[in-house]
Amino acid sequence: MKLHQLSVFSENKPGHVIAPCRLLAREGIDIRALALADTERFGILRMIVSDWRRAKDLLEQAGSIVKVTEVLAVEVPDRPGGLADVLEAFQGAAINIEYMYAFPFVRGEKAVLIFRFDQPDAAMARLQERGIQVLAGGALEE
Amino acid sequence: MTTLTAGRTSVTPFQPESAPDYLPAPILRNLQLSRLRNTVERACSRVPLYRSRMERNRFDPAGLRSLDDIAALPFTTKADLRDTYPFGLFASPMEDIVRLHASSGTTGKPIVVAYTRPDVDVWTSVMVRSFAMCGLHAGDIIQNAYGYGLFTGGLGAHYGAEGLGATVIPISGGNTDRQIMVMRDFGVTAVCCTPSYFLHLLDRAAELGVDLRHLPLRAGVFGAEPWTASMRKHIESLAGIQAFDIYGLSEVIGPGVAVECPHQDGLHIFEDHFYPEIVDPESGRVLAEGEEGELVLTTLSKQAMPMIRYRTRDITALMPECCPCGRSLRRMRRISRRSDDMLIVRGVNVFPSQVEAALLAVEGTLPHYQIILTCDHGLDQMEVQVEVTPEMFSDQIGVLERLNQRISDALEHVLGIRAAVTLVEPLTIQRSEGKARRVIDRRTVQP
Repeated sequence: MKLHQLSVFSENKPGHVIAPCRLLAREGIDIRALALADTERFGILRMIVSDWRRAKDLLEQAGSIVKVTEVLAVEVPDRPGGLADVLEAFQGAAINIEYMYAFPFVRGEKAVLIFRFDQPDAAMARLQERGIQVLAGGALEE
Repeated sequence: MTTLTAGRTSVTPFQPESAPDYLPAPILRNLQLSRLRNTVERACSRVPLYRSRMERNRFDPAGLRSLDDIAALPFTTKADLRDTYPFGLFASPMEDIVRLHASSGTTGKPIVVAYTRPDVDVWTSVMVRSFAMCGLHAGDIIQNAYGYGLFTGGLGAHYGAEGLGATVIPISGGNTDRQIMVMRDFGVTAVCCTPSYFLHLLDRAAELGVDLRHLPLRAGVFGAEPWTASMRKHIESLAGIQAFDIYGLSEVIGPGVAVECPHQDGLHIFEDHFYPEIVDPESGRVLAEGEEGELVLTTLSKQAMPMIRYRTRDITALMPECCPCGRSLRRMRRISRRSDDMLIVRGVNVFPSQVEAALLAVEGTLPHYQIILTCDHGLDQMEVQVEVTPEMFSDQIGVLERLNQRISDALEHVLGIRAAVTLVEPLTIQRSEGKARRVIDRRTVQP
């Protein structure tokens, strides 16, 4: 199941990341995962949140530019080689990982990684073929 | 007698006031020559500045035998209006003057312009003809969002719209939410304001969920600042209107010097009242029809403040071809830039309109932007800040970096120099309620 990731444009200046986080906190929206991609001049704040539709509306009303992207949350065994096994699923396949980030969310012996694939559907099919667990949206988005 | 329904009729009734638009060329030229003689005579006999200049040039007003002889007259510039502040160029006694306007003085004193009763009538008449040329008529509801006050835009458009017999809403500029409410609730069919303010209004309407295409609004008469063809396309498609360009300047009369007809290919100059020339901005030499240069205007019927060969600083060209609309009034190309808009960056001439063109080439739409000039160790630095729009935003750094690069390359291609491009968050660039402020020059020493 695919997750909805929100990306927010941010200038690379002190204090610019805190505003969207504060806004979501005030509205009782939980940030499940967050990654900041940055360059010298600007950054992109990527988030998985508890209620992405409401979060998107709130952020846009506050004047932010928000983009919704489908990403996959994959459970990776928390042991050496755990990630490599997952990545191997894509060897030889014409599927690219645009970016990925880890998740401060641990289920038992497993860690969770967020993947942004260029072809999320093909990627999901491939993971499922290999018996690699893709997290259901409900587990994170609610 | 046909009943006119505002916003629905496709046939525009003939406006008797518009008859001079169709004068045969030889009659128009004769009229211009006789009015030019009167104007020069009046200026020379009543205004010390004109008299002393003509005497210095040994110019005898009686020596005006053809319109071409105008080239022997000295130019008048904005500096002349400042130097004679406030009333030094008046050619009528104060008891004949019924109105004063003044320009917003960005540096020091404003410039003051005056009108007699007949001057106000001429102004009203050219504005009636302007609106008629844009297809407006009695029954239209015109929202006049030009600023009322010392600025000529508000009252000029107001008198013209009333003279036309239309219903005027004198809302003036600002308070955009109220503008949108009135536009929707009053069934407004035409709007006048600066194009940049209308863009701001469109932005705000979108935020409020108001789609102007679903309103009876069908025409916009936009002026007081240069705007591009692409900006027009953007406005027309977003608002579902025909957007007309109107031109004027306080020094000459205010709005109503020239305007577009529905063919939207150049602006017809009201030549029975304003005589146009195009000159080389450097040498002042008169250029042939079709050549691009600075527009110079001479008023032909103004009493209170005749203007002889006024240097407008606006860059355009006269179009030699006849317009399919049938008017004999010559057209000038839309003003794309002003000679004093020109920035000199590292010795290279840069116009804000070029930056706009580069942004449009990359994006297809025009994002809000601002040019910031600074000086670093004696070297000019040019930065273009561009507000990120939902269309250009991506969750991938690489896409944004490539966009940044494409804008930067397009700017270098158009300008011939490199400019730093900074993508900034939405709504960080100050919005205008009137004229757009596209350039911030922080260089202390001008090159």
